[in-house]
Amino acid sequence: MTDLRMPNPVAAPSRSRAEERNDSSATDAPVGSVSGEVSAVRGYLLSRGNSAGSDRFFAGAMLLCALAIFALVALIAVELMTQSRLSWHAFGFSFFYKFNVDPITHLPLFWDPVNGVFYALPFIYGTLVTSLVALCIAVPLAIGLAVFLTEMCPLWMRAPLSFFTELLAAIPSVVYGLWAIFILVPLLREHINPVLMAIFTEPGLTHLLGWTGLFGDNGLFGGVNLGLGLLCGGVILAIMILPIIASLTREVMRSVPNSQREAALALGATRWEMIRMAVLRNARIGIVGSVILGLGRALGETMAVAMVIGNSPEIHLSLLSMGHSMASVIANEFSEATSDMHRSALIEVGLALFLVTIVVNAFARILVWAVTRGAPARVQ
Amino acid sequence: MGVGIEVKALNAWYGSNHTLQDIELTIPANHATALIGPSGCGKSTFVRCLNRMHETNPVARVTGTVRIGDLDIYHDISPVEIRRRVGMVFQRPNPFPTMSIYDNVCSGLKLNGFRNRRELDEIVERSLRNAALWDEVKDDLKKKSGASLSGGQQQRMCIARALAVDPEVLLMDEPASALDPVSTSKIEDLIFQLKSQYTIVIVTHNMQQAARVAEKTGFFLNGRMVEFDSTHKIFTNPSDKRTEDYITGRFG
Repeated sequence: MTDLRMPNPVAAPSRSRAEERNDSSATDAPVGSVSGEVSAVRGYLLSRGNSAGSDRFFAGAMLLCALAIFALVALIAVELMTQSRLSWHAFGFSFFYKFNVDPITHLPLFWDPVNGVFYALPFIYGTLVTSLVALCIAVPLAIGLAVFLTEMCPLWMRAPLSFFTELLAAIPSVVYGLWAIFILVPLLREHINPVLMAIFTEPGLTHLLGWTGLFGDNGLFGGVNLGLGLLCGGVILAIMILPIIASLTREVMRSVPNSQREAALALGATRWEMIRMAVLRNARIGIVGSVILGLGRALGETMAVAMVIGNSPEIHLSLLSMGHSMASVIANEFSEATSDMHRSALIEVGLALFLVTIVVNAFARILVWAVTRGAPARVQ
Repeated sequence: MGVGIEVKALNAWYGSNHTLQDIELTIPANHATALIGPSGCGKSTFVRCLNRMHETNPVARVTGTVRIGDLDIYHDISPVEIRRRVGMVFQRPNPFPTMSIYDNVCSGLKLNGFRNRRELDEIVERSLRNAALWDEVKDDLKKKSGASLSGGQQQRMCIARALAVDPEVLLMDEPASALDPVSTSKIEDLIFQLKSQYTIVIVTHNMQQAARVAEKTGFFLNGRMVEFDSTHKIFTNPSDKRTEDYITGRFG
């Protein structure tokens, strides 16, 4: 506020000085004016008077816009908390980890709105697993893309390549979902999953690496191959977060000073050694930040995941199995939630998602900020 | 030991800008050679042509021959190999900020797969002693980041980093222009000691510096080499009018 009001004390005396000068010019010899009369421009400017009032109004209006952001975040948080009070009182923290056992099948039962069972663990699991799969696929691709764009891309290719990368971020989520249903799911089911299943259930490997728990029929790629499921959700998320990670990583790499590249090259580094020694090493904190920012997007992404994840509240190790994510369960069930408890439980899931993504995003922004304008990558 | 440099018909461009025109020059081994001239005259471009750093800029182009020792660096050898033999120190110190002092000094060796710890220790000590920095940093070699040193210390560390790979030629592109007078005189003493072991080419704006450290001096103007002779002759009895005008401060 104080600096916004700065002009006023300056403006006021300068005006009064001008008036004095004006008065004196009427009686004595003209000051600063050849003809002895007030020039048209000077007269006009003097007639404008003190604009402090409108300036203050403008400053206030802008401040209001800025404060609205804080108000919005606070409102969302308060609303989520009051609306989820019912399920919070009923389940407490056990909402996030407990489950019942189905009396007939003896399988764990997490979420059964008809019988009033509401435990959120499978959604947390689904969100985490799809996001992790997405990171595993997207991070190497995005870093590779960023390295190519900043360090080795021919000039004519740079603009179109950046443009199309950014374009990926602009495609609506639901369109990704449609594409996934018609292209990605069949592709996974017919070509990719069978290969993964063959590798992960291969008897020799299973025998050798069975202790990891990732191999065999109950391993990472066991069970029924439907195409839909956690893996498919992860792949579609990977495509969606790729542009975010790639463009931020590119920014961070671009902020590494050229003198660092020259230092490495002058020591006899090849291009790849130079990239590793001078670019990636200096940019690593920022790269971690951009990856976490991508994670934030993956955690909150709803529509595309809801369309391919299978929507069943279960927990299985296999990535081929159906799952559910925090965002997708809200999107799927909110319009059908008839009981107050069901509604309240969904809102509590939303609250948890809200808190997690805010924390993840804040952390990531701080890391990226530290590198692009802070000390670690800067020498001079 | 250093080797001599022979430059023939060297031309260099940045885009359409013809920055070096027909440079002919023979730089003697194990001596310091200074290159002087006004800003933008091409002296930095010239030293960057001696280790093929010039061509790292995508719009840059070079023609002509540069022989370092027996090697024609533009035909017989890859840019990466020549840069391992020709060390370079830049105008502004450019330590690797994420590495310790120790790792900075041996970064060139590690790059080339040199892993013997005991020898690395020895080389780091010798290089830092040669760069007159050992006594100031020996206690926190692996504790302190290379960027935590003062500007003058950073520049001496960069010299140690270039010396660690035992180069045949040491190129210095205005190595003291970003430093205070005390650090500058340390760097000059250093050049004075090093020139018996290495062939040193130093670009400088400071004519007193050229007179103090170099046996030979070349004067560049507008992309051409106007005069190349012993430093004494250049500063006392130059044969070209333009050289005389420059060193007496009539322009530039």
